[in-house]
Amino acid sequence: MKIKPGKFSDYAAIGFPAGMLTVFFVIPFGIMIAMSFFQRVQGAFYEPAFVFENYARFLSTFFAGILGFSVGLAALVAVVSVLLAFPFTYILTRMARQTQVVWLVFLLSVLSLSEVLIGFGWSTLLSRTAGITNLLVSLGIMDKPMSLSPSFGAVMTGMVYQTFPYTVLVLYPALSRLDPSLVEAARTLGSGPARSFLNVVVPALRNSIVSTLIMVFVFALGCYLLPQLLGKPSHWTLSVLITDQAIYQSNMPFAAAMAVFLVLVSLSLVAISLLYGKKENAG
Amino acid sequence: MINRFVLRLFLAAMALFLSAPLVVVAGVSFNEKKSLSFPPEGFSLDWYAQIFTEDSWRQALFNSLGVAIGASSLSVIIAFPLAWFLWRFHAPWARIVQVLGLAPFILPPVITALGFLSFWTTAGAYGQPWTVVISHGIFFVTLPLVTLTLGFEAVDDSLVEAAATMGADDRTILRTIILPLILPYIISGMAFAFVLSLNEYIVAYMAVGFTVETLPIKIFNSLRYGYTPTMASVTVLFVAVAIVVFGLIARFGDLPRLLGAWRHDEDS
Amino acid sequence: MSGLVFDSIVKKFGDFTAVHETSLTIPQGKFVCLLGPSGCGKTTLLRMIAGLEDPTTGRILLEGNDVTRIPTHQRDFGMVFQNLALFPHLSVGENIAYPLRIRGGSKADCFKAVKRLLDLVQLPDMADRPVARLSGGQKQRVAIARALALEPKLFLLDEPLSALDAKLRESMQIELKQLQQKLGITTIVVTHDQREAMTMADLVVVMSQGKVHQVAPPVEIYRKPKDAFVADFIGSTNLISGRVSAAGKIAVAGGTLLADDLPKSGDVTLSVRPENIRLTKENGENSLGTLTGDVSYIRDLGASIEFYLNVAGQQITAITTPSDRPDVVAGDSVSVAFPKDACVVLGDA
Repeated sequence: MKIKPGKFSDYAAIGFPAGMLTVFFVIPFGIMIAMSFFQRVQGAFYEPAFVFENYARFLSTFFAGILGFSVGLAALVAVVSVLLAFPFTYILTRMARQTQVVWLVFLLSVLSLSEVLIGFGWSTLLSRTAGITNLLVSLGIMDKPMSLSPSFGAVMTGMVYQTFPYTVLVLYPALSRLDPSLVEAARTLGSGPARSFLNVVVPALRNSIVSTLIMVFVFALGCYLLPQLLGKPSHWTLSVLITDQAIYQSNMPFAAAMAVFLVLVSLSLVAISLLYGKKENAG
Repeated sequence: MINRFVLRLFLAAMALFLSAPLVVVAGVSFNEKKSLSFPPEGFSLDWYAQIFTEDSWRQALFNSLGVAIGASSLSVIIAFPLAWFLWRFHAPWARIVQVLGLAPFILPPVITALGFLSFWTTAGAYGQPWTVVISHGIFFVTLPLVTLTLGFEAVDDSLVEAAATMGADDRTILRTIILPLILPYIISGMAFAFVLSLNEYIVAYMAVGFTVETLPIKIFNSLRYGYTPTMASVTVLFVAVAIVVFGLIARFGDLPRLLGAWRHDEDS
Repeated sequence: MSGLVFDSIVKKFGDFTAVHETSLTIPQGKFVCLLGPSGCGKTTLLRMIAGLEDPTTGRILLEGNDVTRIPTHQRDFGMVFQNLALFPHLSVGENIAYPLRIRGGSKADCFKAVKRLLDLVQLPDMADRPVARLSGGQKQRVAIARALALEPKLFLLDEPLSALDAKLRESMQIELKQLQQKLGITTIVVTHDQREAMTMADLVVVMSQGKVHQVAPPVEIYRKPKDAFVADFIGSTNLISGRVSAAGKIAVAGGTLLADDLPKSGDVTLSVRPENIRLTKENGENSLGTLTGDVSYIRDLGASIEFYLNVAGQQITAITTPSDRPDVVAGDSVSVAFPKDACVVLGDA
């Protein structure tokens, strides 16, 4: 029984969160946008201005290279994550509730891990002294242990590790709500479990898969430490570069301009994924 | 059956993939000497003790706990009236505030972090320890907002109406019916925010990175100067805290429902 | 002062009219059932009494006072919800004491009241039970006790027994009726179950599609239904159409029937209850009020026997007791007598 708000105290309830979010989220956002037009001053930080030179720097080949690499890496990570997570989540949602809960607790724990800790964990696992190569040596597959990081493979592995639990949790609602009779119907018509998965489950959730791909892509785009901890400078992404410019190069205006650019890319992708999600709900 | 075997193999491979770095880090944390080797050489719990005995690690631990407790409380304080309002009233414009509450979590974290950096420097409060509490409180408001929205949706309308017929006004209903019923959702939302705040690096770093060291900041800073096994023991500690917290949520709440599954065995 | 009065009440939800203009008086101290199929507006009517819905237009008066705009929590009516709405986080005693506690009632007062109410609904010593550990019937009683805790001016129940199995429902109906008689409280029950309404009500309000069709005591509703909807909804009936041919006589397919209260001329519809039709073995005579039919099917239920008949092309159902059973089998012809006082003339629905 929803009613229209009328009394002052009704509005007070939303006034506080609205105020907090405006002051501490909308205004910082606005300041960041304003700052992207500021002028950098050598030796100091920046001064208010209205220049486009921070955006003009995007036009360099160096920046284009970084952008291309960031987008390509995030896309690759998203595809690999969804390829692994979709069958995994399907199996997960068909398990006994108790088993599901154990997996969910584990996935949430991994998801909540700081990028710092994930980077540290994988750099240890891929290191010469404590890494996986030691195992291969003791099995006689390799001659002597070696370091596997920094490398592109290490960055990929770390990022898939970070995005996999996220992907599972994004897919989880759609797959757990999938009508089991859909698959059962396919099974009674004589198709095997793998075939019915590919021919019935995947097409039924095509829109979910697309919107998940985009969500994971945005999530991977936001990855700010792993390329730095597990890769070479050539593997740095836009997010790493923003941090670097803001903190170590003290070039706030340029960092802000890149952030605004990243917001635009992310927001348009999120909007597309919401649109896709809507379509599926409506159909 | 071959299919069942392939299925098991796939699950086992994913379990191995997800646990491998944690197992190695755990192994490293038990090393006797200050070396990064696995399997561990000797066995010692010194590196765990060091979190609490060495001043800089202990300070970082307390900083992290303080920030996480403050931020998770703040995020619930912000999310609760918002979720209540959205549930109680018909006001389409309030959706804008809801989107604002969800946005920090969907956007790349670097953006929110940079927003806070520009805000706190402009406001002249850059580096003040309390700024990170507010920053995290806003950054993680999404989590209690989502759990509380689910919690309010789960409250049966007829309970509210029944209380009204017995003479309870809005405020009394909120205190005697709603609050007790959604307490599990408040706690789980707060717990999610707590664990994530404990682990959060970039927002904390941009807000107070040069004045306050939280554990993730401390580990990152230490990584740049080489390795200490204490990093490994802190990592293990964090994983343990996360498993305990999420395990408790699962034990006393309905984790699959919180994560968006519908109950098939709904009893009304 | 005249109980509860609906004065030209209309309720619309957007373009949909849930309750068409209704004026109705519910006398003080009576047990009233709002009866109708689902979606007929009976629950909306009840919710408007409780203040859970605002009427679009019109007024609701209680003992002469306009209560239309008084918020629910200031009305002091007791209500039992369809799903009972027991608070899952409170024990049985805490549920019952809830209305007293939020008014600042002392622990001792609450304790006394809970004991009295639990005795009233025959659930002594249950106060400390969590509600989840009660059976369906026990939950029912707790919900009733809770609604009566404030000694309300009106006792409202929305499909209160629908969750119970048939046997328990019947005994609860009788119990509820006795409770109401003991307390003398004006009680309004929403139900779609006509047997339930017949068992409990002093007054039945038959509704369909947002309109009130008839307001009368149960026996009158059954014997003298006002229109085809009421006749058909309450029990089963045979609807026979015909035309007034002379004073007290109706020409129908296959013969002539007799009835009281006939209009002077024109088409009419008669309602004849199956148990009022008399069957005898065909003997060739055909008098006024008796038609000839063929038996198409016989359903022997032991205590009663149903005959499905074809009378001049119309399907007629008749019920007899075993002792009155005519000696016929399917395919035989029978004389079908429609006693004059069993033929009820219906108005327009």
